[in-house]
Amino acid sequence: MLTLTDVTKTYGSRRALDAVSFDVAPGRMTGFVGGNGAGKTTAMRIILGVLSSDSGDVTLDGRALTPESRRRFGYMPEERGLYPKMKIEEQLVYLARLHGFTASAAQKKAERLLERLGLGERRGDLVESLSLGNQQRAQIAASLVHEPDVLVLDEPFSGLDPMAVDTVVGVLSDYAASGIPVLFSSHQLDIVERLCDDLVIIAGGQIRANGPRDELRERHSSRRYELHVAGDAGWVRDVPGVTVVDFHGGDAVFEVDSDDTAQAVLRDAVARGPVVSYTRQRPSLAQIFKEVVA
Amino acid sequence: MTTTNTTGAVVRDGAAPATPSFLQSSWLVAEREVRMKLRSKAFLISTGILMLFVLGGILIGGLVGGNEEATKVAVTADSASAVTGQEGLDVTEVATAKDAEALVRSGDVTAAILPDDSTPLGIVVVADSETPTGLLQQLSITPPVTLLDGDTQNPFLAYLVAIAFGVVFFASAMTFGSTIAQSVVEEKQTRVVEILMSAVPVRALLAGKVLGNSILAFGQIAMIAALAIIGLTITGQSELLSLLGAPVLWFVVFFVLGFVLLAALFAATGSMVSRVEDIGSTTTPVTMLVMIPYFLVIFFYDNPVVLGIMSYVPFSAPVGMPVRLFLGDAQWWEPLLSLVILAVTALGTIALGSKIYENSLLKLGGTVKWRDALTR
Repeated sequence: MLTLTDVTKTYGSRRALDAVSFDVAPGRMTGFVGGNGAGKTTAMRIILGVLSSDSGDVTLDGRALTPESRRRFGYMPEERGLYPKMKIEEQLVYLARLHGFTASAAQKKAERLLERLGLGERRGDLVESLSLGNQQRAQIAASLVHEPDVLVLDEPFSGLDPMAVDTVVGVLSDYAASGIPVLFSSHQLDIVERLCDDLVIIAGGQIRANGPRDELRERHSSRRYELHVAGDAGWVRDVPGVTVVDFHGGDAVFEVDSDDTAQAVLRDAVARGPVVSYTRQRPSLAQIFKEVVA
Repeated sequence: MTTTNTTGAVVRDGAAPATPSFLQSSWLVAEREVRMKLRSKAFLISTGILMLFVLGGILIGGLVGGNEEATKVAVTADSASAVTGQEGLDVTEVATAKDAEALVRSGDVTAAILPDDSTPLGIVVVADSETPTGLLQQLSITPPVTLLDGDTQNPFLAYLVAIAFGVVFFASAMTFGSTIAQSVVEEKQTRVVEILMSAVPVRALLAGKVLGNSILAFGQIAMIAALAIIGLTITGQSELLSLLGAPVLWFVVFFVLGFVLLAALFAATGSMVSRVEDIGSTTTPVTMLVMIPYFLVIFFYDNPVVLGIMSYVPFSAPVGMPVRLFLGDAQWWEPLLSLVILAVTALGTIALGSKIYENSLLKLGGTVKWRDALTR
């Protein structure tokens, strides 16, 4: 478990992080979401120790992080960086060896990872000769090649086409499934929604919402239901406690004043004829985000 | 709630490896520096050109300096005694003066030495159309000379040697110094430094860079020194070699320490900027330190006071001390003392350099101010 407790960072008079606390649980993908300048990158750099916080702690399984324990982290910085004039594979082997792997083990890991990320045929290419999307994959490989104990990835999906996103999602999921904490930030809320188990939403340096994704959606869902029946749904208007938002033939979207009202509507609908579907509308991540950030 | 897309692919095999030691980390960094540099065509070509210059200089020196071909002369039995014991002559003995003159006319010999009682020496030199000056000097009798200050080197030779040390030091220190500064900035500019810093201690990164470039610089200097010594031996300039041998070896020793000192400074000042284009703004003072001894030795190669000071100031000692050794001005203990001063300064500089480096490495964006680089 990677834990941030009351981490604060100030640049001049601007407070970049204000008592930021959250957990990244092992075996789970934690999505870190926030607008531009919200403090995502600052928080990640503090976790990695490339930036120091003014106050607060970052611990892994209860122990304060040291340069030693941070060497077991996999990090993808916001500003991409690899040696432009080195071959991709050579570069990965170098990084793995810096982490202590023997030359042959490093070679094996680099080959396997490049294959997995769809860069197998490009292994001998110079980084500068790759397309941006492939450079991005190489960058992800660089953060994974030493088989880290914790993954911290700043915008790992930016610049990837949908197929590449799927590849990367697959690889990251495997890492999480192997039992390590994975923290990743992204602007692409649809990807985060699909991929993450837990969510941390930050705005203006403060954590606005934090917890398992489904729990958050539950918490932020309104009492809004969607009914789809074979016949006409106009009768819904007359049920006490119901406010219709949208109505069109057999489809109705409405808000209820209590759970009992919602059940009453369903019973009524079943009594009147076949019900195609009846669902409580759950807010999308984008909606939750706008709500908590506003 | 569970992670999707789990294909069950292996993400790790076995335990995490032991963290490499400081030395292992530095060595890996150094190895990469060397490998990348040796892959650079520009570097290989410029090294080749430098080697050619050294070799060319020695060969030209050999041709001009000595080793002239033996002068062919013809003698008769009566004049043969005049050339006995003379070196550098290819003597052909013929029966008569007429035969000897015929050889001169045909160009088979440069001159004929014939008996002639009318001259005080008892011989006459017969040549075709030019007076063979070299031969005349050889045959003439000169009074013996005693030099009161016997150790003085030929001033022109001394000048050449001083310049040679100055140029080699300057060229090598600038080449590898700017390489190291560039390699530091490149890592900052491409942001690979954030990844590196999460993998290796900053000091190991700096140590590796200094080590790698020092190995390259030392390799180049050692090759030049070896080439010079071999070249002088092959061209038979053994006299010069015996004078130059020891100073050249001292030069290599001084160079190694002197370069480590400069490398630490180049790395530190390089780390203060964020773009390769800005390197000059912080490395200029270090560049000056490299250029000053070069110019001093050109202008003051014959000034014992300046050379004496230069041979003890750490930045110029690698040039000053070998020149003094060549001139025979230095006592046996002087290079040792100077070396100790240089070593102590180098250690201090490395400590200072790594502080600047650590403070500046992650300050991306602008140029780090000296005050910020040195404090904290």
